[in-house]
Amino acid sequence: MANFFTDNPDLKHHLNHPLMRKIVELKERNYSDADLYDYAPLNFEDAMDNYNRVLEIVGDICGNIIAENAEAVDHQGASCSDGRAHYADATVLNLKACRQAGLMGMSMPRRFGGLNFPITPYIMAADIVSRADTGFENLWGLQDCAETLYEFGDEDQKARFIPRVCQGETMSMDLTEPDAGSDLQSVMLKASQKEDGTWVLNGVKRFITNGDSDIHLVLARSEEGTKDGRGLSMFIYDKRNGGVTVRRIENKMGIKGSPTCELVYKNAPAELCGSRRLGLIKYVMALMNGARLGIAAQSVGVSELAFREALAYARDRKQFGKAIIEFPAVAEMISVMKAKLDASRSLLYECSRFVDMYKAYEDIAKERSLTPDERKEMKYYSKLADALTPMAKGMGSEYCNQNAYDCIQVHGGSGFMKDYACERIYRDARITSIYEGTTQLQVVAAIRHVTTGTYKALIDTYAAIEYRPELASLKAVLEALTDTYVKAVEAVAAVNDTTYTDFMARRMVEMAGNIVMGYLLLQDANTDDTFTKSATVYIKMAQAEVTKHAEFIHSFTPEQLACYKQA
Amino acid sequence: MSLNIVVLAKQVPDTRNVGKDAMKEDGTINRAALPAIFNPEDLNALEQALRIKDANPGSTVTMLTMGLPRASEVIREAIYRGADTGIVLTDRVLGGADTLATSYSLAQAVKKIGHYDIILGGRQAIDGDTAQVGPQIAEKLGIPQVTYAEDILEVADGHIIVKRRLEHGVETVKAPLPCVVTVNGSAAECRPRNAQRVMKYKRAVSPSEKALLPAEAQAIVDAREYLQLKEWGAAFVEADPNQIGMAGSPTKVKAIENVVFTAKESRRIDNDDAQLEQLIVELIANHTIG
Repeated sequence: MANFFTDNPDLKHHLNHPLMRKIVELKERNYSDADLYDYAPLNFEDAMDNYNRVLEIVGDICGNIIAENAEAVDHQGASCSDGRAHYADATVLNLKACRQAGLMGMSMPRRFGGLNFPITPYIMAADIVSRADTGFENLWGLQDCAETLYEFGDEDQKARFIPRVCQGETMSMDLTEPDAGSDLQSVMLKASQKEDGTWVLNGVKRFITNGDSDIHLVLARSEEGTKDGRGLSMFIYDKRNGGVTVRRIENKMGIKGSPTCELVYKNAPAELCGSRRLGLIKYVMALMNGARLGIAAQSVGVSELAFREALAYARDRKQFGKAIIEFPAVAEMISVMKAKLDASRSLLYECSRFVDMYKAYEDIAKERSLTPDERKEMKYYSKLADALTPMAKGMGSEYCNQNAYDCIQVHGGSGFMKDYACERIYRDARITSIYEGTTQLQVVAAIRHVTTGTYKALIDTYAAIEYRPELASLKAVLEALTDTYVKAVEAVAAVNDTTYTDFMARRMVEMAGNIVMGYLLLQDANTDDTFTKSATVYIKMAQAEVTKHAEFIHSFTPEQLACYKQA
Repeated sequence: MSLNIVVLAKQVPDTRNVGKDAMKEDGTINRAALPAIFNPEDLNALEQALRIKDANPGSTVTMLTMGLPRASEVIREAIYRGADTGIVLTDRVLGGADTLATSYSLAQAVKKIGHYDIILGGRQAIDGDTAQVGPQIAEKLGIPQVTYAEDILEVADGHIIVKRRLEHGVETVKAPLPCVVTVNGSAAECRPRNAQRVMKYKRAVSPSEKALLPAEAQAIVDAREYLQLKEWGAAFVEADPNQIGMAGSPTKVKAIENVVFTAKESRRIDNDDAQLEQLIVELIANHTIG
């Protein structure tokens, strides 16, 4: 009886972070729901106990059902016929288990049938689900579209749609089109308002994950004649009304259980969500931030799986008379995998806590005006969440790809065969650094926090924490790296050229990421000695990486930029 | 149509993960070394009950278990998965019961529950492996029984249609209600715990468990009726003292010994008609086939 929550003490470590008390108190409005709902917590300890118990259910389903089905799902894949997408047989069973367990709409308020969980335990569930089946995490994780519905829909829309999500109906976000991928401003799907005021959608969407879902959030051009993002609005399309068919599904490299659909809208009735013209610039940005955090969680799940598969194989496989993990080259690979896993997980939950903090305040602001202190705190965390989300998604997804690569490497020739899970992990991992914005686009979102100093300010708060004396030498390394980072940023700023900054952006974001994650692991090690190994391994790696990037930046002359342009 | 469904469940030592200290020197089970679990086939039975409930809104699923006071863990587990309520039949005088005394005690408890349409239970418990308790309860209640059930195909108009999994195939039978149905491990697995139910019912306790709680926690249980599990004793179910516990158990264990199989798993024969024919004759003679 495997349990993917209880077999992983690192998860509990993150769930028990001190900031959770504040998060839960805000989210639960001082536990006032307890009088109204029989499953609402009475106090902080009760709420934490609930999260643990529910995550135990997630761990149980993941360990015993979803992970067991992952291979069959990968082999069968999703299919498409008669204008509809069909899940693999085992995917249907996975979804059924999640519905029966009531794991849909986890973060939605109780009045809509949700569990009212903060983002952090929800993201933890996503982390666990992804370890079981990365592609399934998409289908299950698209429930966080409900978050956007909750934030921007009107009361009537919330009351009609959110309970359905909590009951287990699936969602999709229909954004991408053949000519509008990373550049969503070019979306052309046409929204026309009829005389009676209702809307219909016409056009084509492509690459839509779970595109045959029950409830769609659709980005469409409502303002005729416009060409940019300000002519786009967000709509809700209900599959029960008909009008959208699946023309085909993509034949993908990985996450084969998650149907990626091309959708044709023919006079599909839809309703406007929120205000016109704010579709892209406000709602989709919010939607994407949530989705990016989801992919960061998905990436950590993949890293976990890759690490575990590699570790198990390296202990089991004997060559030259001993287990291959006894050889330093293999041992290092595995330790670095674990360090990257731990680092990206610490960043993930740091980020999710920041999201929790500002979202809780935002929600409270719907009921009453915030005090100046509260508003200040909301802004503080909102900015940090904005800074850490692209970092967690960008670097976490790159790490999980590296871990998947090394997982195969540890398996040697066997890893290249279809006989082991690592081959599937490698294919499933690949998409994480592409969808919901490529790593390159995460850098675009993150770079302003390098130039405006958000990361540096955050690093300073980490440096001000008191650490155990045993960790002093590691901390000294991070302090020196911070110095290196600041000097490199200054050097780039001194050139004062946007193209040059863009060229160096990824290097600088990664340097900041290395230091942030180094400090987060140091904090983990500060309270739990089992993290000291990973902190050491990661900070060693960070030292090499940051120094490498700094060397590149300082030795670079702007004229060399020309060599990076192909004719 | 709303139905009253009773599910019989047993808390058993997890004999699937038997280590070297599973048995004491005297040959009895070392319960301390084995975790107590929900008897697996009783979970299959619970799933069948919950499916009937899903299909017949307004139905209730009542769990009944006999054992130590801590068997209430089984009741809570079942409630987390969808059962409505439960009763722990526990009493010192019920201890040491064999299947005859157990089925008598449980039948008395079922009578006390009163109105029932279907009584479901696992085919057998993994500790005793007798598969006798379910059928004996049916006999004592004077109602029909369907054993080895794999799927309940229909419950309507006072009857039930059940697919039975037998050694050589399947059989579909129809029985009038009320009746006892014992469910095979090949039936659908039980659904998982439900998040809202776990949060709602995690404080559900039996009276003896409640007594051990601090006053504050007791107050919560008192204020919420759904948190109060029932605990019944022998007298409450009006059991005849001569038919329960040791007194009511004609089975006496004389000795327990370890059995080590000596027969080989496989045998090799040559690829010729004579040897094949000889094997067939042999297998028919010992009833392996035919």
